[in-house]
Amino acid sequence: MKTSRFLFPLLVLLSGCSGGVQSALNAQGHSAVALKDLIIFIVLVCTAVWLAVVLVMAWALMRRHKRQEGEAAERKMTIAVSVAIVMTVLIVGVLTFASFLTTRSLYSGTDATVTIRVRAQQWWWQFIYDNADPSIAFQTANEFHIPVGKDVRLQLEAVDVIHSFWVPSLAGKQDNIPGRENVLTLRADKPGVYRGQCAEFCGLQHSHMAFLVVAEEEADYQRWAAQQRQAAVQPVSAEAAAGRDVFMSKPCAACHTVRGTQASGTSGPDLTHVGSRSTIAAGLLETTRGSLAAWIADPQTLKPGNNMPIVPLTSDELRQISAYMEGLK
Amino acid sequence: MAALSFRHGPAWLFKIGALFAALGMAAAIGWVRQPREYRVDPPISAALEQIRLMPNTISGAPPEVYFALNQTYETGGFDLSQGKRFYTWFGCASCHGDGRGGSGPSFMDGWWLYGPSMVSIVSSIRDGRPHGMPAFKNKMTIDEIWQLSGYIKSIGAYKASVSAPSRNDDRNTRPAENRAPAATLFEEGPNPVHPDQGPSP
Amino acid sequence: MQEEQSGPPMDTDLDDRELESRLAKTWSTRPGFWGKIACVDHKVVARRYIFTAFVFLMLGGLLSLAMRLQLSQPEARFISPDRYNQIFTMHGTNMMFLFAVPVMEAMAAYLVPLMVGTRNIAFPRLNAFSYWIFLIGGLLLWLAFALDAAPDVGWFAYVPLSGPQYSPGKRTDLWAQMITFTELSALAVAVEVVVTVFKQRAPGMSLDRIPVLVWAMLVMSFLVILAMPAIMFGSSTLILDRLVGTQFYNPAEGGDALLWQHLFWFFGHPEVYIVFLPAVGMVSTILPAFVGRPLYGYMLLVMALITTGILSFGLWVHHMFTVGLPRLGESFFTASSMAIAVPAGIQIFCWLATLWAGKPVYKTPLLFILGFIFTFVMGGMTGVMVASVPFDTQVHDTYFVVAHFHYVLIGGAVFPLIAAIYYWFPKMTGRMMSERLGRWSFWLIFIGFHLTFFPMHILGLWGMPRRVYTYQPELPWASLNLFVSLSSLILASGFLIFFIDAIKSWRSGPPAGANPWNASTLEWATSSPPPPYNFRRIPVVSARDPFSPGNDELTVATGLRTDRREVLVTTIVEALPEARESSATDSVWPFWAAIATSIMLIWSIFSPWAVVWGSIPIAVALIGWFWPKGEAEDES
Repeated sequence: MKTSRFLFPLLVLLSGCSGGVQSALNAQGHSAVALKDLIIFIVLVCTAVWLAVVLVMAWALMRRHKRQEGEAAERKMTIAVSVAIVMTVLIVGVLTFASFLTTRSLYSGTDATVTIRVRAQQWWWQFIYDNADPSIAFQTANEFHIPVGKDVRLQLEAVDVIHSFWVPSLAGKQDNIPGRENVLTLRADKPGVYRGQCAEFCGLQHSHMAFLVVAEEEADYQRWAAQQRQAAVQPVSAEAAAGRDVFMSKPCAACHTVRGTQASGTSGPDLTHVGSRSTIAAGLLETTRGSLAAWIADPQTLKPGNNMPIVPLTSDELRQISAYMEGLK
Repeated sequence: MAALSFRHGPAWLFKIGALFAALGMAAAIGWVRQPREYRVDPPISAALEQIRLMPNTISGAPPEVYFALNQTYETGGFDLSQGKRFYTWFGCASCHGDGRGGSGPSFMDGWWLYGPSMVSIVSSIRDGRPHGMPAFKNKMTIDEIWQLSGYIKSIGAYKASVSAPSRNDDRNTRPAENRAPAATLFEEGPNPVHPDQGPSP
Repeated sequence: MQEEQSGPPMDTDLDDRELESRLAKTWSTRPGFWGKIACVDHKVVARRYIFTAFVFLMLGGLLSLAMRLQLSQPEARFISPDRYNQIFTMHGTNMMFLFAVPVMEAMAAYLVPLMVGTRNIAFPRLNAFSYWIFLIGGLLLWLAFALDAAPDVGWFAYVPLSGPQYSPGKRTDLWAQMITFTELSALAVAVEVVVTVFKQRAPGMSLDRIPVLVWAMLVMSFLVILAMPAIMFGSSTLILDRLVGTQFYNPAEGGDALLWQHLFWFFGHPEVYIVFLPAVGMVSTILPAFVGRPLYGYMLLVMALITTGILSFGLWVHHMFTVGLPRLGESFFTASSMAIAVPAGIQIFCWLATLWAGKPVYKTPLLFILGFIFTFVMGGMTGVMVASVPFDTQVHDTYFVVAHFHYVLIGGAVFPLIAAIYYWFPKMTGRMMSERLGRWSFWLIFIGFHLTFFPMHILGLWGMPRRVYTYQPELPWASLNLFVSLSSLILASGFLIFFIDAIKSWRSGPPAGANPWNASTLEWATSSPPPPYNFRRIPVVSARDPFSPGNDELTVATGLRTDRREVLVTTIVEALPEARESSATDSVWPFWAAIATSIMLIWSIFSPWAVVWGSIPIAVALIGWFWPKGEAEDES
C-alpha cells in the first residue's frame, strides 16, 4: 500500500525544525522544547502502531490461502487478538505516563520575575506591565518584550469573548476567558521574535489577531521597558506636529491613548510608542508610513468588521497623521 | 410489487422540487433583504451628515440616503448592537445612567426634550445641546452617531422591536432593550419628572 | 404458534399468494400526494431521511469547496469574513446535525426492523413526525443561509461570542432553534430503535443472536437518549439568555461561560460515537459477506461497542484542555481519552482476524472497508495524540485537529456509510449499483481524501489556527494550502461519481434479486425492495446467522391477523413471543403536528408568546394523531 508516501514527509517534518516563526516544531522556549520532544515521541509510537496494523491488513489480504478450519486455527487467532489487546493497553499506558511526565515538567517554573497582564479583545492584544508603583507600570499593544532565560508570568484575561493566547515557539496555548483568570508561564531560551496568534474563534477578525513576542537580553529588555515608560515623544517635523493636531481634533483621540497628550481613549490600542512596534493592526501590516496611511484611510477594507471606523480625512491630514504615528517611537 | 412502484418516481421528485422551491424563495427574499454592512462608503457617510433641522433645532428631515439604507439604524440588529457598544465606549452612562438618567435626562420617561425623531437625536449627539450635553462630532464618525441614536431610541421604545439588543454580559440594572424596559418601568410607576421638562399636563 | 382463533382473519391457513395480497392490502400506503404525506412505512420514511441527508451532504460539501477556494491563497478576497464565518459554521452544523446523525439514524430506521424480522418500526407515526421535523429544521437553516442570516459563531457556538451581547441579530437564535429541531427528530428515532430492538425481535432472536449492526444501532440510540438532553438544555438556556435575558452564561451575574462548553461537549463527544458506532456495525455486517467467513469475535465486538458507548461519556473535557481546568481533572480525562483506544483497537483486531481467516472478494463495499481501516486507524492515532494534555496545548484549535476529526468522521464513518449504501442499495431499490463507477469513486475519494487532509496535520504543527478566513503571505502556509485546495477537487469528484452512480442505478441499474451478496442476515430473506409488510411470515431465528446461503427455507411463525396491521411482541432477553400488537395505520396527523411544532419553535424566536399560542395547534394535531380507534391495541 502507500505507506511510505505518508510516512516520509512525516519523518522529514519531525527531524528538522521547519515551519517558520509560528510553529510548534520551531521550539525556542522551555515549555515548547518539552512539548516538541513529547510530540515526536508520541508521533513515532503511533506511526509504528499504524504501520503494524496496515502491514497486518496487507498480509491478511495477500497471503495464499490454505484455509485451516477448526479449533487450532481459532485458538491461534484468539491468542493473536489477545496479544494485540494487551499491547494496546500497554502502549496506551506508556503514552499516558509520558504525557503526565511532560505536564509535570511544564508546571515547575514558578519564580517569575516579570508579570504581564494579557487582555485579549476583539481583535487585538493589550499587554499591561503592572507595578505597585504606577510610575513604573506601562502598557503596550500587539507586541511585547521579555527577557531571555527568565520565567515570565502571563495573566490571561478576556475583555469581551473567549480568546486563546498561543506562541507555539515558546509554549502551548491557554485560553483567555471572561470572568476567569488563567496563568501561563513562558521562558524563551534564545533571543528572537516569535509570532503568536489568537487560537480560539472570536468573531469576524479572528484571522487577524496576531502579536509578536520579542525575547531579548536583560539589558536590552530593561532599556526597552524604560523607553516604554516614557510619555510620547514630541513631534519634530512640522508635518508630524500638524498630524498631532489632526489626531487630537478628530475621533482618533476618543478611542486611543497617547500618553503625554490629551488623547486618552481606552477602547483602542495605546499608541504612545506605536512607531517602535514592528507591526500595526495586530500583526496585519509592517509599520511603515505607507501602511499606516493605508490603514488609517480605510481600516474596514483591510480588516473588515474591526472596530476602527473610517474617519473622513483629507489627503493632507492623512499624510500628517501618518507622519505623527510613525514618529511615535 | 407493481402497487409499490409509485415510490420510485414522484416521491423524490416532489422532495427535490420542494427543496429547490424553498431555496429559490429564500434567494428571492435574500435579494430583497439588506445585507449586513460593516463598511460605510465615505460618500454615504458624507450624505448621512446632511440632516435638515427646523429652525428651533427640534425635529426635521433625514437625508434621502437614510431611506435608501432601509432605515437600518433603527431596525437592523447589528447596527443597534453597535450603538449599544458605543453607549459604553463613549461614556454616555456617566450622565444618562442605564437610560433612566442621572445628571442628564432619562430616555425612558417618554419626555424627549428635543423630540423623539432620529434627526433630533443625531443632532443632539453630533452638535450637543444646552445644559451640559457635549458635541460628539469630533469624537465619533457620523455613522457611529446614527448607530448610537438608533440604540437610544430603542431604550425608550414602549414596544420592543424584534431586533433590539438583548442584555450585556455585565451587571444588569434593568431589563434589556428587547424587553421594552421603558414600558415595564413605566408600569412600575412614573419616573421623576425633571423641573426643566415643564409642567405636568 | 398462537392459539387458533375463529373470529378475525389470520395468516395461518392461507397459501403464499393469497396471504401476500391480503397483507399488501392492509399494509400498503394509499396512492396520491396525501397518501405519501401520511405514509408511516419505516422503509419509505427512512429512504426519505437518507435521501435528504445526502442532499445536505452535497450542500455541505459545496460549502467546504467554497472555503478551500478562499484559503487557496493568502489574503484572498473571494469570500468576505462575515460570509466565511457563516460558511464554516454552516458546514459544521450541517454535517453533524443534518447529515451524520440523521443518516445513521435513518439507516437504523431502515435496517433494524428488517434485521430483527418485524413488519414495521415501533411507533411508526413518531417516525414520520421525526422526518418532517428534521426536514423543516434543515430547510430553516439553509433558508437562513440564503437570507444572509446564517449562524456565524461556529457549530460549537461558544458563549459569550454566541451570547446576547456579541452575536446580534437572529443568526444564533436560528442556530439554537435548528438544534432543537434535530434533537427532537434524533430523540424520536432513538426511542423507536430501542423499543424495536427490545420488543419486536423475531421469535428466537435472543440477545446473543442479535446482528452486530443492530447492537451498534441500539448502543447508538442509547447514546442519543443520554447525550441529547445536555445540548437541549444548552440550546434552550442559550436562547433564553439571548431572548428573555436570563443569566446562565453571564459571569458578571453569577453565570459561567464554561458551563456552555461542558454542556456542549457532554453532548458533543458522545456525538462522535453516535456517528461512529453505526459505522462499526456496518463494517462488521458487510465484511463477512465479502470474505466468505462469519465475523470473528461477536461477543468481543458487542462488548467493545457497549464499552465505547459508556466511555464516550467520560471524555468530553478533552475538548477543553486549554481552558485552564485543574491539573488532576485534566490527567483523568487524558487517561479516559486514551482508554477508549482499547475498545476501538479490539474492533480493529476483530476485523483483521476476520480478514485473515477469509478470502477477500474485492467488490466496492470491501474496498471502502479496507480504506476505512487504513484511514480510521490513522485518525485513531491522532486521537491518541490530542488526548494528551500537553500535546493538545500545541495542536488544539489548529488544522491538526481539523485533519484529525476528518480522518475519524470521513475515514471512520463516511467510508463505511458509502460501503453500506453500495451494500444495501439493492435491498432498498431492487437494483445494483455500478461496480465500475464504484471503483472509480473509491479511488478518487480515497486518494483525494488523503491528499486533502494529510497535509493539514503539518499545517497545524506549523501553527495554522482553525476557523481563519485567511492568513498572511509572510506565513509559510500558502503552498500547502493551495495543494490541499487542489486535492479537495479530487475528493469532490469522487463524491460526484458516487452520486451519479446512485442516481443512475436507482433509475436503471440491473435488477438485484433478493440476496445478491449471499449474506446471512434477515433483511436478505425477503424480496428487494421488501414489500410494505417486510416478511410474508415472521421468521423464527435459531442461530446467530439465521439465513445462511443455500438454506433458503426459513422457519416461520404464523398467527398474526391479516386484516389489520399487527406486529409480534417478544420478550427482551430470550425473544419469546409475548403478544400481538397493532401497528399504527397511515396518518397525516404527524405531518400536521410537525408543521404546528415548527411554527411554534420558529415563532418563539420572535416572541415569547409563541410558546403559549403556538401550543394550541400542536395540541389539536396531537389529539388528531392519538384519536382512539376503538379497538384493542394488543392481544396476548
